[in-house]
Amino acid sequence: MGQSITVTVNGEQRSAEVEPRLLLVHFLREKLRLTGTHIGCDTTHCGACTVLVEGTPVKSCTMLAVQADGQQVTTVEGLLTGGALHPIQAAFKQEHGLQCGFCTPGMMLTSVALLQEKPDPTDDEIRWALSGNICRCTGYMNIVKAVKSAAAQMKAAAAVPAETAAARS
Amino acid sequence: MAVETPLKGNIGDSIKRKEDDRFIRGRGNYLDDIVLPGMLHMSIHRSPFAHARIKSIDTKAASAVPGVIAVVTGDLLAQHKLAWMPTLSGDTQAVLATDKVRFQGQEVACVIATDPYVARDAAALIEVDYDVLPAVVDPWKSLEPGAPLIRDEKEGQKNNHIYHWEAGDKAKTDEAFAKADRVVKLDTFYPRCHPSPLETCGIVADVNSATGHATLYMTSQAPHAHRTLFAIVAGLPEQNIRIISPDIGGGFGNKVPIYPGYVVATAASLLIGKPVKWVEDRSENLISTGFARDFHMSGEMALRNDGRMLGLRVKMLSDNGAFYADAQPTKFRAGLFHIVTGSYDLPAAHVETDGAYTNKAPGGVAYRCSFRVTEASYLIERLVESAALEMNMDPTEIRLKNFIQPEQFPYMSATGFEYDSGDYPRAMQLALDKLGYKELRKEQAEKRKKGELMGIGVASFTEVVGAGPGKHYDIVGLRMFDSAELRVHPTGKAILKLGVKSQGQGHETTFAQIVTEELGIPAADIEVQEGDTDNTPYGLGTYASRSTPVGGAATAMVSRKLRDKAKKIAAHLLEASEADIEFDHGKFFVRGSPSKSKTIQDVAFAAYTNLPDGLEAGLEGVTYYDPPNMTFPFGTYLVVVDIDRGTGQVKVRRMVAVDDCGVRINPMVVEGQIHGGLTEGFGIAFMELITFDEEGNCLGSNFTDYLLPTSWETPKFEMGETVTPSPHHPIGAKGVGESATVGSPAAFVNAVIDAVGHLGIKNIDMPVTSDKVWEALNKVGAAE
Repeated sequence: MGQSITVTVNGEQRSAEVEPRLLLVHFLREKLRLTGTHIGCDTTHCGACTVLVEGTPVKSCTMLAVQADGQQVTTVEGLLTGGALHPIQAAFKQEHGLQCGFCTPGMMLTSVALLQEKPDPTDDEIRWALSGNICRCTGYMNIVKAVKSAAAQMKAAAAVPAETAAARS
Repeated sequence: MAVETPLKGNIGDSIKRKEDDRFIRGRGNYLDDIVLPGMLHMSIHRSPFAHARIKSIDTKAASAVPGVIAVVTGDLLAQHKLAWMPTLSGDTQAVLATDKVRFQGQEVACVIATDPYVARDAAALIEVDYDVLPAVVDPWKSLEPGAPLIRDEKEGQKNNHIYHWEAGDKAKTDEAFAKADRVVKLDTFYPRCHPSPLETCGIVADVNSATGHATLYMTSQAPHAHRTLFAIVAGLPEQNIRIISPDIGGGFGNKVPIYPGYVVATAASLLIGKPVKWVEDRSENLISTGFARDFHMSGEMALRNDGRMLGLRVKMLSDNGAFYADAQPTKFRAGLFHIVTGSYDLPAAHVETDGAYTNKAPGGVAYRCSFRVTEASYLIERLVESAALEMNMDPTEIRLKNFIQPEQFPYMSATGFEYDSGDYPRAMQLALDKLGYKELRKEQAEKRKKGELMGIGVASFTEVVGAGPGKHYDIVGLRMFDSAELRVHPTGKAILKLGVKSQGQGHETTFAQIVTEELGIPAADIEVQEGDTDNTPYGLGTYASRSTPVGGAATAMVSRKLRDKAKKIAAHLLEASEADIEFDHGKFFVRGSPSKSKTIQDVAFAAYTNLPDGLEAGLEGVTYYDPPNMTFPFGTYLVVVDIDRGTGQVKVRRMVAVDDCGVRINPMVVEGQIHGGLTEGFGIAFMELITFDEEGNCLGSNFTDYLLPTSWETPKFEMGETVTPSPHHPIGAKGVGESATVGSPAAFVNAVIDAVGHLGIKNIDMPVTSDKVWEALNKVGAAE
């Protein structure tokens, strides 16, 4: 027995008939073939399946697809804008914030949400924000560095248009 | 703004990783991302009991679920002689249970269905009638007369004893103990833990019934060895089996064995004629796949009154679970545990090991470790701490007094290892300087006067990694060499194909760098390929820190082979004698006139367009490298902890890690490996535990119970390095993937004991949780 839902995923409206018990992560991975969202533990601990729902990090292994009906979902595939990397993506590579890459999409999305809320986070604020995302490879130090570096990049980028505007007036 | 010159990727350059471009975009290709047309899904029904006889299996209800294609039981597999399979230690393991179940979570039956949800629904409907038997979960009890016989199906197996294995010289060791001023003893248990890579294990088996070709996408750290084992186990012609190990989401030893799920999915695909996917969930991963450690160790050290070590005596009992399925070299029944003499010049040592079956999951993989080196390193470093405590010596002083000295290398250890190179005092001194050791000891003394608990932990580990040589080290007879094939195309771009397989270590970058160093082709122009058995030369795979020591050496050697040929072509192009051609960073020139030169790219083009007479076309080669010896990375780790007497909570204030892994190919990648290893060591020391109740119920079957370190608990690390090249490795590298997990647990625990040792607390077994610390403090009347 299907239920029809419409979810806006990475800015695009996606409609489907789904079983009410279908998990959001399976909807994204199997129905939409957005395989950047991974499954690591099934119990909301590891955060490999983290996506943004209305801008908030959510572990998509413990949310039903039907609960996302009518909402905006962002996955790692939605971080690119016009083919250009999001600053968090560039920073993870630059600072060696990933090794096997399995936790990386979830880590980056949680970081993006943090930076929306706190554009200039301290080390402790980053570590606390990311404490629901487990990484088995990096030991977190370079992830923290990457988030700080992305914060600096985003701040610098945000400052540029303002200066340009000031110069014009 | 200054423009940075892009690094070419020579050895020592911290270039950014090539593999990251797909991972940061979510475009990796992990096992579960693979979807084939018509693919079916498999789910496993597992035993709820640790020990029970199977009376009957009723699959009717499961078979009736719409969407179910087949239900596979052990009896069906037995008809194809597939109900049992060999393990990597020469034992057998049930694929699907036919007679008894021997651990909780054992594979009993499988459902194949059109949808993964349906497969799980149906697997839950399988009804098994069991006769529950008494379970034995303690290896000591398992060896007692009258204990329930676990492996009653094995001919000649009268008890639960698996093996007895010894190393070293017993008589010489007894002599050393007889003339010792004192003997220090430590009994310690390195508990069962689990590698828990973030990606679980899985397979997509695609057997083409028309051609008989089997393409197996598998989370495999050793695809070539797995292909051979599949050929032997399933009786499939090896040329028809292609194993593809895609991007792997961490391995840490967990993806070395062959698991029943792989075999059943392959058999099901063969029988049904469609691709079959099986991906385990986290609980399945924790309760049934390769666990690690579970060593009960007893160490005795003979010493002179001045602290000089005279001898070491070790007895160890390993709990191997229901099937002896350790992944380790054939001749070494307890892996390389006999490296237990560590960094010390011990004139005599004797090591006795035994293995026992219990009603627990099989495994005994080396969790980020080279075949049980971790347990050995832990024991010796804890024992040295005990000696220092008992003799009232500084833990650094007793180590400095007994270290193998730099001039003693190559050093033959009392248990038969030839250590290649080392400078232990230098690594320790650097660590002490970085930490500010003396000041911290003063602070500790001050704090102790006030009743505050602060400890400084020391561990100076030595690993042995990079197996072979093949004449000593093999897995099920396959010699532990490794391979590299290099093809340089006419435009000077290259493809490097390897027998090893990255699980996140960055091979696509670091192995390209070896070619860059040897041939001068920029790393950006070199594509590294691994994991596809049809497309890469045979190798034994990535575990036991062997990729750089063996696969890296093969890469350097094949590059040199091509360089020799390139020299002939360069001589032809430069119209000079080959003997007069010199090579430097990608340029060939005539000796004495460096202005007249040809680049490696010129030579590569000529290899296909303008060859001297008599020379074969092309610039390609393959090398199978059998190392002359293992490599011996080492280092000193220092940890500072503060302990709350009211709660027993241990807070890691600082950690300094000085590693010597020989020559570092990409320092950024090396540091990343160490960060990760220290974190796993921290987890093992304080959090990670798989334990069982008396009935054999697993009490670590999900991430609620099996605790992994997050960004919040994990301490920050301060790094240092010394470089003592391996004299026998072509580029002097030793391997570093596991050093930190091997060395750090003892440093953490020693820090705790350093804080509480003066109160009479001599040992707390891992994981050192707050409640254990508080109990220990309470027992000596020191808790608040």
